[in-house]
Amino acid sequence: MSSPILKLVAQRVALGIVLLLAVSVLIFAGTQILPGDVAQAILGQSATPESLANLREQLGLNDPAYIRYFRWLGGVLTGDLGTAMSSGQDIATSIKGRLWNTLFLAFWAAIVAVPLAIILGLIAVRYRNGWVDKLISGLALASTSFPEFFIGYVLVYFFAVKWQIFPGISTVYDGMPFGERMQAIALPATALTLVVLAHMMRMTRAAILNVMQSAYVETAELKGLSAFNVIRRHAFPNAIAPIINVVMLNLAYLIVGVVVVEVIFVYPGMGQYLVDHVTKRDVPVVQAVGLIFAAVYISLNIIADIGAIVANPRLRHPK
Amino acid sequence: MADSKAKPGLLLDIRNLRIEATVFPPGEPPKNIVLVHDVSLTLEKGKVLGLIGESGAGKSTIGLSSMGYGRGGVRITGGEVILNGRDILKGGKDGFRKLRGREVCYVAQSAAAAFNPAHRLMDQVVEATLLHGTATRAEAEKRAVALFKKLSLPNPETIGERFPHQVSGGQLQRVMTAMALCSEPDLIVFDEPTTALDVTTQIDVLAAIKDAIRDTHVAALYITHDLAVVAQVSDEIMVLRHGRLVEWGGTRQIIKEPRQEYTNALVSVHEIEHAEQKPGTTPFLSVKNVTAAYGRSRIKVLKNVSVDIYPGQTLAVVGESGSGKSTLARAITGLLPPEEGTVTFDGRPLANRLADRPKEDLRQLQMIYQMADVAMNPRQTVGTIIGRPLEFYFGIRGRERDKRVAELLDKIEMGKGFSDRYPAELSGGQKQRVCIARSLAAKPKLIICDEVTSALDPLVANGILKLLLELQKEENVAYLFITHDLATVKSIADSIAVMYRGEVVRYGPKSKVLAPPFDAYTDLLLSSVPEMEIGWLEKAIKGRRMASAGN
Repeated sequence: MSSPILKLVAQRVALGIVLLLAVSVLIFAGTQILPGDVAQAILGQSATPESLANLREQLGLNDPAYIRYFRWLGGVLTGDLGTAMSSGQDIATSIKGRLWNTLFLAFWAAIVAVPLAIILGLIAVRYRNGWVDKLISGLALASTSFPEFFIGYVLVYFFAVKWQIFPGISTVYDGMPFGERMQAIALPATALTLVVLAHMMRMTRAAILNVMQSAYVETAELKGLSAFNVIRRHAFPNAIAPIINVVMLNLAYLIVGVVVVEVIFVYPGMGQYLVDHVTKRDVPVVQAVGLIFAAVYISLNIIADIGAIVANPRLRHPK
Repeated sequence: MADSKAKPGLLLDIRNLRIEATVFPPGEPPKNIVLVHDVSLTLEKGKVLGLIGESGAGKSTIGLSSMGYGRGGVRITGGEVILNGRDILKGGKDGFRKLRGREVCYVAQSAAAAFNPAHRLMDQVVEATLLHGTATRAEAEKRAVALFKKLSLPNPETIGERFPHQVSGGQLQRVMTAMALCSEPDLIVFDEPTTALDVTTQIDVLAAIKDAIRDTHVAALYITHDLAVVAQVSDEIMVLRHGRLVEWGGTRQIIKEPRQEYTNALVSVHEIEHAEQKPGTTPFLSVKNVTAAYGRSRIKVLKNVSVDIYPGQTLAVVGESGSGKSTLARAITGLLPPEEGTVTFDGRPLANRLADRPKEDLRQLQMIYQMADVAMNPRQTVGTIIGRPLEFYFGIRGRERDKRVAELLDKIEMGKGFSDRYPAELSGGQKQRVCIARSLAAKPKLIICDEVTSALDPLVANGILKLLLELQKEENVAYLFITHDLATVKSIADSIAVMYRGEVVRYGPKSKVLAPPFDAYTDLLLSSVPEMEIGWLEKAIKGRRMASAGN
């Protein structure tokens, strides 16, 4: 690999880091604007002016905001996300298991959704404007149009209540056997797949159709390649950049946007954790989860950018 | 013609071919149009038939029918296409797939677009051979390298490892020819293979294609709109117009004794008499020592360029692509502010940047572009398009404006009825005329014409050139005429600037620039212009070799 690619990639990564820092400032500032502070929240009803002042002194809340910000940032960078106010537990420890659960669910949803979306997109292009294309597009759009909670409850109704194939509540615990764990996440993973499928499939279809107008696709047809090989060998490699982009966007959604699905299936992931602590007004947890979500989002988008750069032969093989 | 099945040497026999397409005109129900009206042709093994005509003549459509292919919803609705003794139209989709890339191969106009940017050249060159299983990968690659050598490509052993963007346009065109030859087909359809190339590159590619055809004994349909080019490579020529056969005969007969009036018009198309005007005493626009570059690049696209333009005269700027012709226009108009040097207009310097120029300066310099259809707003009528400069520069509105628009339409030899039409309803030549009228509406002193005839058919281009000359006489407007086509230069220029790699290598009145002794580059340029003469190619190549050996 040569210098232009390295340079572009380094630029993207640097930009991502700057962006993440900016987001951390926003998150911190946002929680500062809220009325009340940690000391008030901890002491609650029993607060007296003296005890408040003492606790503020103890927690360093009297320092200027930027010092507190850097203290917080320093903690985050060394793996210390602070202590949850509601439970007094270390946030980093409780998030670890949750994050792993969320990633586990997102991973299996993605393993199904991404190849399925791309293959359906390829098939839709192959039979474009025919009934197969319309059927695929129609079903995919319908599944996206339904809200997640609706899909979730429909799945629960049929698979958990009526046919009793999968559990309706996705409880997982440490040391759970893999098979049982997979069974537990079957329904939330299906719901997530249905939600993200259409977007990726439509984008794959559009990106490839765009390339199908090119002269080199005609060249391939005039070599005698079959329609499917023309799409697979000649159109798809050139449509990959927009496809990577939309795939990454949806992967980010699988991790960050699962709140509703996790709540429906009572799945112990990040989303549930966030919702629980928002209702308890537990600011340090909300900050930590917000920052992790932002980091996931930004890193996946950087990967998409880098993927698009690497997919471009002009950048990969300069003159 | 005798019955084909009796003739053993016959490769392709197209009988009464009829090709139709459905068009969807805006605001009207879809309708069927016939693109090719019952055309018949025969081609013997190892022979080359040139198909010639303007755009819309159906040449490419007929050529592609030999592979059973219709571009963009075009349908073969009648006739027979008999290839190697069988009617391929009866073979269905599988039949087409088996013959494409094996019996018949295709060389496209723009190889740069026809190669897949994502794959290495070698993979693409051998793809058809491997697909049809006529050779193993090793054999096919060996064959490809031999073809690269035959087509005199540089580094034939390793060029296949490159990606299309790493190879120049002329080389790509040769690689594409190698790709077509690699599966050892019986017939190759060459669809304007040299049209997109520079004139100096065209001659090399043409010679390479001709040698390859001769040595491999492949038959070819050679499609082009340039009669001089097709005369170099074909045994027979078929002239087509509006999807109908005009004339079909041996190459010598077609170019020397055309029997049809239309063929005659094609043969004699480039002859416009234009007496050169002597340069006046004071130029109204002079470009002095202009140097320019794009972005912060250190590569100068223009190097110390100086030219003068006199009132009512034409300065032609010639050179191959990348020589800086269009950049010169951009520097003069202020679109690309020069780094050094000045542009003076009527004795005062023009602001470098377009944004710093007063409206009056903008009015005096107008432009016409190569692609007339993208230079107009497709949602505005011709009347609005031509009327816009009248409103913008002179504040003429309402009935007065409509009157002026009608006058301008009259000047460009188009009737008043065109005023309400949209650009999509016009032909290529008409669109370019509208662009001319639009620039004239500003009453400029100078019109910069950037390759204005390059995208047009020869006869239409000829009409545009005649119109420009007439308008010059009437309006006393000067032209800066950018072109790569020396024939155009001869017909329109008063003085000529030859550009090469950002520099003006030869500059002066037309008669001097086009008279020997020539510098090496001008000589190369002049000797590369195809002439309507059998054997010109060999002569030109031979002359060039001697010249380059002499350097």
